[in-house]
Amino acid sequence: MTNVTVLSETDDKARVTKEVLLNLGPQHPSTHGVLQLVLQLNGEIVERTEPHIGYLHRGTEKLAETFTYTQIFPLTDRLDYVCPPSNNLGFAIAVENLLGIEVPERAQYIRVMMAELSRISGHLLITGALPMDLGAMTALLYAMREREMLMDLMEMITGARMHTSYIRVGGVREDLPEGATERIREFCQILPKRLKDYERLIASNRVFLNRTRDIGVIEPKDAIDLGLSGPNLRASGVDWDIRRDCPYEVYDRLDFDVITDTACDCYARWICRIHEMRESVRIIEQCLDQLPEGDFQVDMPTIAFPVDKELLKTSMETHIHHFELSAYGFKVPKGEVYAAIEAPKGELGYYVISDGSEKPFRLRVRAPSFVNLQALEGKVSNMKYLADVIAMLGSLDPVIAEVDK
Amino acid sequence: MTDRRPAFCDRIMDHFGDRVSDGGAGIDMHNIEVAPENLKELCRFLLQAPELSFDFLSDLCGVDFLPDNPRFAVVYHLYSTTHQHRLRLKCRFDDPPRLPTVADIWTTANWHEREAFDMYGIVFEGHPNLKRIYMWDEFDGYPMRKDFPVRGYKDEYNPFGKERGEQ
Repeated sequence: MTNVTVLSETDDKARVTKEVLLNLGPQHPSTHGVLQLVLQLNGEIVERTEPHIGYLHRGTEKLAETFTYTQIFPLTDRLDYVCPPSNNLGFAIAVENLLGIEVPERAQYIRVMMAELSRISGHLLITGALPMDLGAMTALLYAMREREMLMDLMEMITGARMHTSYIRVGGVREDLPEGATERIREFCQILPKRLKDYERLIASNRVFLNRTRDIGVIEPKDAIDLGLSGPNLRASGVDWDIRRDCPYEVYDRLDFDVITDTACDCYARWICRIHEMRESVRIIEQCLDQLPEGDFQVDMPTIAFPVDKELLKTSMETHIHHFELSAYGFKVPKGEVYAAIEAPKGELGYYVISDGSEKPFRLRVRAPSFVNLQALEGKVSNMKYLADVIAMLGSLDPVIAEVDK
Repeated sequence: MTDRRPAFCDRIMDHFGDRVSDGGAGIDMHNIEVAPENLKELCRFLLQAPELSFDFLSDLCGVDFLPDNPRFAVVYHLYSTTHQHRLRLKCRFDDPPRLPTVADIWTTANWHEREAFDMYGIVFEGHPNLKRIYMWDEFDGYPMRKDFPVRGYKDEYNPFGKERGEQ
């Protein structure tokens, strides 16, 4: 790309435009964070797109090798910061598989509920952000109103709005507070009505349709080859959802549809997410109906703090375990595991290699946004103009914190 | 946990004989190990054989086993969208770290391999655009290697880093 002549003016006599290199970002409002796109432009026609990433690289994987398993949860929060519970869940499942422990049923239901709430939170952002990238500010403000309700819910349940670190190895950090289930139910009643409003406002908007329909088409075969996952893959007509096909937690007991679309374009990727939010609401409502009584954490003093706090005062054994757990963390048996979950952005995989100590030997994060973003370089048809690149980028819904790790 | 070897693994063993070795059943999926010289052929076979059809490369990552020998490994996590089975493929090799690319078999490997090159210095031969992806081009060293300090090396921008040569 360096051997292209960069010209700032056109040759008046010949009246021809020359190829220009344009830097989009790293601090452009529609790049969803610090993403730099180098575009090779011929007039307004984009010849080549090259994403430059790494501006937000924090070395999560390297840091994780020096942290205990519990300390890693806050790091996972900061991957896809729009939906932290999903990130926590993936890592917790990976470690639990290595430990070979079964999480109590109530904890599993709470985790699924939190993961789905965070999915709604993530999808709401793109519901508003894609139209905003294309010039319609209104939608974002409305979407933020619903996200605010979610943020309040998160704060009520976990004590934090963004970086929740709520899901832990062996369960969740604490039980649902009083009144939480009622609040979640209330939210589930409000959201579908609001989604209908969005569809009325945006889904049939002519400008929005012109900017997204048949733009950035990714054929199903190319989508699989590119490694796309989640709503981006399903919008290309590939019927694959880890929640249904390799169920984890209690997803096999819940009834929900996998949303697919055959249009394969930017609009399909957007509308898929709207429909997915409806399915998430269905899942949450079923979780609330089925939510059993019981422990929210596994009853293993070497891995999780004791459920019965009174024991700390009377049992020396519990006291020792509590101290060791706080000071050194817990040991995980030697082995390796790859655990993949259906995060809002796609397949979120954690590959953990343990050498038997309390810190992972290697933690690999398969970040869905990282892989999805590659589609900008890949075989995408009908991404001709500069404006289409913006629509494409918005519809892929990358979170740069997750891309850069 | 599955103790039995899945049928598709028998198919690979029949075809490749002792050129691949069975890594046994893991907690999550079956393992297979292969030498770098047979990697490319095996990957093509995994993608193209109809009863395997591993069309989705979930993940590709480097691992540094310092001070073990061979030092490096690249781990491939494969999935088949038609048969819905998973497989972990491992390739161990020593310094200098060189491995054939699989970016022409699965496009998604392109960025993953760039990342493994950036973090571990593994050179993927035949890769269309092998350059650093996270770190800047002038960066010296491979940060995910076990002998690279967590805080990096000391220079004018990093006063708290380790001195070079310091143990």
